[in-house]
Amino acid sequence: METLVFLYLAIVLVVTSLLVVTNRNAVHAVLWMLVMFFHQAILFLTLDAEFLALVQIIVYAGAVLVLFLFVVYMINLRTELNIRNFHVFWPVAATVSIVMGVLAVEAIKDFKAGPVVGDMTPEVIAKVGHAKVLGKALFTQHILSFETAGVLLLVAVLGAVVLTRRIRFKGDEV
Amino acid sequence: MIPISWYLVLSLVLFALGAFGFIARRNVIIMLMCIEIMLNAVNISLVALGRGLEDTAAHLLVFFVIAVAAGEAAIGLALVVLLFKKTREVHMDEFRLLKG
Repeated sequence: METLVFLYLAIVLVVTSLLVVTNRNAVHAVLWMLVMFFHQAILFLTLDAEFLALVQIIVYAGAVLVLFLFVVYMINLRTELNIRNFHVFWPVAATVSIVMGVLAVEAIKDFKAGPVVGDMTPEVIAKVGHAKVLGKALFTQHILSFETAGVLLLVAVLGAVVLTRRIRFKGDEV
Repeated sequence: MIPISWYLVLSLVLFALGAFGFIARRNVIIMLMCIEIMLNAVNISLVALGRGLEDTAAHLLVFFVIAVAAGEAAIGLALVVLLFKKTREVHMDEFRLLKG
């Protein structure tokens, strides 16, 4: 049963990302990506990472994809549907990607995890919850990284606003 | 329990797909989406390894990767809007100058 769920999730993830990569219509690509993110959240759930599954849905499906959708609607290129959507060298790119993937899979397919190093056992997760375990580690050992990530997001928001604002010079628009 | 190497293989396949899309697509928006696919592939491997090694550090890294991906999407899409305002075009092979 577990294997069946994993295989279903893996197949859907690969097929939807293939559809995102090859789709002509950017709106359809964004919607396929939404399907992909939901399945990935379920994959996180099967790995006992319920907090990350929720963050995946809230941040990716709720914020990032909406941003993508807004930009796609702002830049609606009707001509996109009729012109070629790959570079002329796409067979080379496909070959390189496939070779890279095959080599990496060959290198890693016999991977065995080493001895357990942490204390996030399934029993602890079931008892106190994944969010609490992560939150404790985040706000004790990794508090500096957390605050830096906050500053990074602030800078990203300011950068986006500054980049896209309209510059005015004494009445006339540039 | 599914072996971790299965998750790693899935993550590598998704990463290769995202890399192919990033290299071969002409549309800048789709290229940004391919970057998101690659980040998600890495997230899958990190979550699986964190689960296998029972370590919180890997899951925290996923948390930070998601934060960075959100910032990157905001900045990248702002740049796409700027490019579109300047050239009425979002195809990568039409851009020959970095000068604004």
